[in-house]
Amino acid sequence: MEHDKRLAPLTDSLELLNSGLDSLCFAVVVARLEGSLGVDPFSASEDAVFPVTFGEFVKFYENATN
Amino acid sequence: MALGDLVDGSALDGRGDELHGRSVLILTTDQLTAALALFELDGIARRIVLSPPDLPIEHLPAVIEAAKVDALVTDRTTFGPIIPRVQYFMPCARNIVPHKCDRSAEVETEWVLLTSGTVGPPKLVVHTLSSLAGAIDRTEVPPGRVVWSTFYDIRRYGGLQIFLRAVLTGASMVFSSASESTADFLARAGADGVTHISGTPSHWRRALMSPSAKLIDPEYVRLSGEIADQAILNHLRSVYPQAKIAHAFATTEAGVAFVVNDGIAGFPATAIENTPGVEMKVEDRSLRIRSNRTASHYLGGHSGKPLREVDGFVDTGDVIELRDGRYYFAGRRDGVINVGGLKVHPEEVEAVINRHPEVQVSLVRTKKNPITGALVVADVVLKPVTSSTSHNMRELQHDILLFCRDSLSSYKVPVAIYFVPALAMAESGKLLRRNA
Repeated sequence: MEHDKRLAPLTDSLELLNSGLDSLCFAVVVARLEGSLGVDPFSASEDAVFPVTFGEFVKFYENATN
Repeated sequence: MALGDLVDGSALDGRGDELHGRSVLILTTDQLTAALALFELDGIARRIVLSPPDLPIEHLPAVIEAAKVDALVTDRTTFGPIIPRVQYFMPCARNIVPHKCDRSAEVETEWVLLTSGTVGPPKLVVHTLSSLAGAIDRTEVPPGRVVWSTFYDIRRYGGLQIFLRAVLTGASMVFSSASESTADFLARAGADGVTHISGTPSHWRRALMSPSAKLIDPEYVRLSGEIADQAILNHLRSVYPQAKIAHAFATTEAGVAFVVNDGIAGFPATAIENTPGVEMKVEDRSLRIRSNRTASHYLGGHSGKPLREVDGFVDTGDVIELRDGRYYFAGRRDGVINVGGLKVHPEEVEAVINRHPEVQVSLVRTKKNPITGALVVADVVLKPVTSSTSHNMRELQHDILLFCRDSLSSYKVPVAIYFVPALAMAESGKLLRRNA
C-alpha cells in the first residue's frame, strides 16, 4: 500500500478502526472511490450515519450506487 | 494524581528554583510530565517554550536560538545532536518529591507555543498564562463532578485550553495518549467518567466510526481547530442526544474568539458585534480578532507578517462569507489546506512537484473530504515537449506521486494529480489561488 499500512483480513464484521487504516488512509480511500464510482455517500447527506464495520461500509456504497 | 501534591512537591527533584529567570524548553515524551513542569515553572522561569510532541529534531536548534533557551526540562535521556547554548539540563519525572518551592519573587512568565511555519522551522507564538486563560470563566463551574478530556495533545493550543480549563476550575482531566488507539482511549475516558470532551471535527469523525464512541456519555462536546460542518454536528447530536454540542473558533495566534452553541455550522453574524471581551471585524474578506486572549508577538527573526497588525488586530487569514445572517468559513486566503487539523502550505507541495523533470508548473489546492475535512490535489502543467515519450499519463501521475512521497509527509501528498493545459495567473503574476 502507498501508506505502508498492513491491512487486517477484510471480513464483514471487521471494525473499520481495527482495519489498520488511519483517518488519512480512510480519507484517501473515500476520495479514490468517489473518483472511480462517482459517489461519496459520506457527503451525500448531512444526516448520514457513518459505517462502523467493513460490511456496513460496503453496504453504504452499494446503497449509494444503486 | 492530585494537583495539591504539587503545591508542596516537585516533579523537578526540588530543583525548580534553579530555573529562576531562565528561558526553559519543555521537551517531554508524555503530556503529564509536561503538565507538571508547566505548573512548577510558571512564575519562576522567564519563559517557557512548550515543544509539541512531533517537533522534528532538526528544528530544535532554530527554536532554541529564537527563544534564547538556556535550560532544558526533559524526561528523555538521549538526544541526537548536541544542543548549543543550553546550560541547564534538568530531568523531569512523573514522581513528585516533597519540596517547598519559593514563589515569592513571581514573574509573569512567557508561555511560548509552536505552530507550523510555511516551510522550515515552526513559528514561536508568545502568550502569557493570562492570555491563554482569558476565555476561561472561573466562576462558571457546572454543578457536579466535571472530568475533562481531549483528543488533542495539551502541548498544542487546543489541548492547552482544555488543560487550563480543567486546572483553573478545579476539575479533573484524562489525557489522551499517542500510543493508544481511538477505541482504547474512548473506553478509558468512559471508565474514568469523562463529562466534558473536546477534539477537532476529524478527531470526532474518527471517534464516531468506532463502536467505543458509545462508551462515553458526555454532557459537553466541543469541536475546534477545523471548520465544523453540519454533518459532524448532526452526527454528534444523534450519538450524544443529551450533550451540549459547541464549536469554538480559536487560533494559536488570535486566541479563543467565540463559541457557537446552537448546533448549526458557521456562526451568527451578530457574534461579530456582540462577543463580550472580543472585538472582531472582517477586512479583505478575512476575520480579524483583537482581545486580551491574543498572543503578543512571534519570537526570533521573522521575515513574514507581524503577529498583530498596527491596530492590534490579528488577521486569522480565514475567509468568511455572509449568507442569510450567518457567517460561514470559506477556506484560507493564503490557500493553506487543513487536512485533519494539520496545515499544508500549497507552495511546499508545489515546490516538490515542480522539481519533477517533466513538470512545468503546478497548483496545489484543496479537495473537500468527509473524513479529514480536506485533502490535497494538484493541477499540473507538463513541459511542452516531455523528454520521455515512454510515459503514458497514468505512469507519469504515478511517478509524480512517488516523487512527492519521497519528500513529503503523507498528509501533504496529493490524493490526485490532474494534468491541465494551463493555470490561471493573477495580474500580479502569481498563480491564482481560489478558496475551497
